[in-house]
Amino acid sequence: MQTPTLFALLLLLILVAYGTGFSRAIGAARSRGGIRSLASLPSYYGVHTALWCGLPALVILGVWLAFDDAIIRALVLGGVADRPETLSGQNLLYAQIQNLAAGSLVGESTPQLAAAAAHLNSLRQSGQWLQTALILILAVGLGAYALMRVTPELRAREKVEKVLRVILLMCACAAIFTTVGILMSVLFESLRFFQAVPVTEFLFGLHWSPQMAMRADQVGSSGAFGAVPLFTGTLMVSAIAMFVAVPVGLMSAIYLAEYASNRVRAFAKPLIEILAGVPTVVYGFFAALTVAPFIRDLAQSVGLEASSESALAAGLVMGVMIIPFISSLSDDVINAVPQSLRDGALGLGSTKSETVRKVVIPAALPGIVGGVLLAVSRAIGETMIVVMAAGLAANLTANPLESVTTVTVQIVTLLVGDQEFDSPKTLAAFALGLMLFISTLILNFIALHVVKKYREQYD
Amino acid sequence: MTDLTQTNLTQKQVRERIAARLASRHRKEKIFRGFGIASIAFGVLAVLVLFTDIISKGSSAFVQSQIQLQVNYDPAELGIDKVDQESLAWANFDGVIRNALRERFPDVTGRSEKRELYSLVSSGAGFDLRERLQNNPELLGQSETVWVNADDDVDTYVKSLSKSKDGFLGRTSEQKAVWINALRDSGELKKRFNKTFFTNGDSREPEQAGIRAALVGSLFTLLVTLVLSFPIGVAAAIYLEEFAPKNRWTDLIEVNINNLAAVPSIVFGLLGLAIFINFFELPRSAPLVGGLVLTLMTLPTIIISSRASLKSVPPSIREAAMGMGASRMQVVLHHVLPLAMPGMLTGAIIGMAQALGETAPLLMIGMVAFIVDVPHGITDPSTVLPVQIFLWADSPERAFVERTSAAIMVLLAVLITMNTCAVWLRKKLERRW
Repeated sequence: MQTPTLFALLLLLILVAYGTGFSRAIGAARSRGGIRSLASLPSYYGVHTALWCGLPALVILGVWLAFDDAIIRALVLGGVADRPETLSGQNLLYAQIQNLAAGSLVGESTPQLAAAAAHLNSLRQSGQWLQTALILILAVGLGAYALMRVTPELRAREKVEKVLRVILLMCACAAIFTTVGILMSVLFESLRFFQAVPVTEFLFGLHWSPQMAMRADQVGSSGAFGAVPLFTGTLMVSAIAMFVAVPVGLMSAIYLAEYASNRVRAFAKPLIEILAGVPTVVYGFFAALTVAPFIRDLAQSVGLEASSESALAAGLVMGVMIIPFISSLSDDVINAVPQSLRDGALGLGSTKSETVRKVVIPAALPGIVGGVLLAVSRAIGETMIVVMAAGLAANLTANPLESVTTVTVQIVTLLVGDQEFDSPKTLAAFALGLMLFISTLILNFIALHVVKKYREQYD
Repeated sequence: MTDLTQTNLTQKQVRERIAARLASRHRKEKIFRGFGIASIAFGVLAVLVLFTDIISKGSSAFVQSQIQLQVNYDPAELGIDKVDQESLAWANFDGVIRNALRERFPDVTGRSEKRELYSLVSSGAGFDLRERLQNNPELLGQSETVWVNADDDVDTYVKSLSKSKDGFLGRTSEQKAVWINALRDSGELKKRFNKTFFTNGDSREPEQAGIRAALVGSLFTLLVTLVLSFPIGVAAAIYLEEFAPKNRWTDLIEVNINNLAAVPSIVFGLLGLAIFINFFELPRSAPLVGGLVLTLMTLPTIIISSRASLKSVPPSIREAAMGMGASRMQVVLHHVLPLAMPGMLTGAIIGMAQALGETAPLLMIGMVAFIVDVPHGITDPSTVLPVQIFLWADSPERAFVERTSAAIMVLLAVLITMNTCAVWLRKKLERRW
């Protein structure tokens, strides 16, 4: 039976289990004077039976689907006498066998391949049978067992609620699984990368050109993996972005919170927040096709040399993207400063701007710093704007009019396109990803800590 | 005041000093205020420039130059004698179009001149004719007037004519311009609504490129994301807000969620590549994998907003239900959750809008492939709208610039609709306690 049909059948079984559990509970209660004599409401008996019927079967089905391809592959390849040693060779062989099994092989086939394909087909066939039988027996058997246990004394509600609670806990743990998944995926590949390229060369090398050759005897076969130009490029673009976003974001938050009339606020605030909802690819297009040529022409008109993909264009547009981020975070903390502080300062005769600069901002400073740190981590991790507007060449330069490249741009260029996993070229992307993850993690951690600490002061 | 009395100043002197400083303090106040206004103006200006730039570049893509031709579905020229799938696949529709063009301009004779003439019409026009004949088999052997798409160079030239008098010729030759203007004058070349843009998938030819495949891909990806992230997010929020004991385990989960909300999206792409594609061997470029990655990415947003809306349900509701003998699970599922649902839905819509605009992680899992066909399921290779925009933005043809901008306009329109819906929903369903 095909998996979707099996799934549908399983759902049907679950429904049937619910119905029979429900009616059996009512039937059991009838002789004892109505559902009043049941330990739980009848629907809980239904859910209890349905859970017994469906949950184990669904879990087994999920595990099966996750691993059956790998197991079948290992069995088929194990049956081939002279299989290649390398992973890519095995991949190729297995793809050939798969094509042959599906009846769409181009080119000649050997008897050995044909036997393997037949083996694959029979394994798939029996796998399918085994899966169907296992799932159905499990569902029906456990469902029947639960149905037998439906008695007025069974505390069905407690049992159902316990299961629900575990399910809720599992969902809450999804965040932990995600973090672990991220760490595992970048860490393992990075470790493989650092076996080929020493850590010190990666962290302190000044030259980045990751073009690893496919063959060892090819010209220029050694790549260079010094990531310093990427780090400086990232820092430069982020610094330009923060240079735009921090003053503008902070001042507009101050103006909106302290000066603006309700009408201005109702108009300006949502308008600026629109900037936060614009997808980054749109900013990238804007930076590459409008801002970058504009900056190039402007620079040329004052006699400066500017490349058509400049750090300045990417940084400016990224700054615009981050403005609403900083302004809304600062707005929150400024509004959280107690009014009594302002009243005190105004009562002593200070002007409004003096109140803001000498009382409100110092009081809100931890929150603002936290917001700025979060914004920096966003700027570092931003991808599309720099991919489209900052360029690919790894220049070690301090001139914002030249093109620079960033960590995220290199991750994208290394991983889009060819996908052979044993070359240092693709593994380098994971090492860069690890750097990115660690640095943003540290920034976020400090920022959240600062913000949290500050909030406790006034609450 | 102690300072002033110690220096033995008279009251008058004190007042004078204050008055003297007052002017500069007020000036500073004005400057500070000016900075505030300038910042707001900068933000608003950025929005306006961004939108006018995109709209001015993209609005022309919603029309497309089309040429009116008198075509004859001549069986001899087509090389078929009946209308069925097999013969239509081989039929020479380009020849029919060439005949029509030669009839329109009978004085064109030279070989290269003819080739120039044929390139007025899009190379995809033959497919449109084939579809037309397939749907109306009785047309075989007859002639009719049809509008076919012009080539993208022609289209660019025609559209540039409305901006300047001479127009932008680009790759268009002078000779071609003469023909184009002749067709324009006789009303046989017109800018008409660009249906192709909404019905086709990607193409190397700008005049045949459309966003349908990307839109459907986005829809499938969002569906997967919604189906997975909303229930999981709500369940996680319920656990953390209503059941979780205060211990280190719970703290760990909370720190994790807050951190994940700020992890760069590209890192989620790396996770998807390493785990979903390399480890679990799910199909590359499929909405299924895209949806899984975006689920992990939007989960923190949904959890945080769901928790906020659970928090806003007053404790008296819980206490009243508890007092009637409901269990904690019943309190949550029967009373708290329905009251918190509007806020959760709003959060979910905002999370979906975020997922719809996301590009970088999808590049990692191979959704950048060149996809012409509209995907039919969540495991078909497909692309999504933002990635399509990214791909078109890289294309050198001038006609792709306006299509990129038009695709951006469609994307922004969808996003603005979603966000407006969220705001409207919140206003409509929000309860003040």
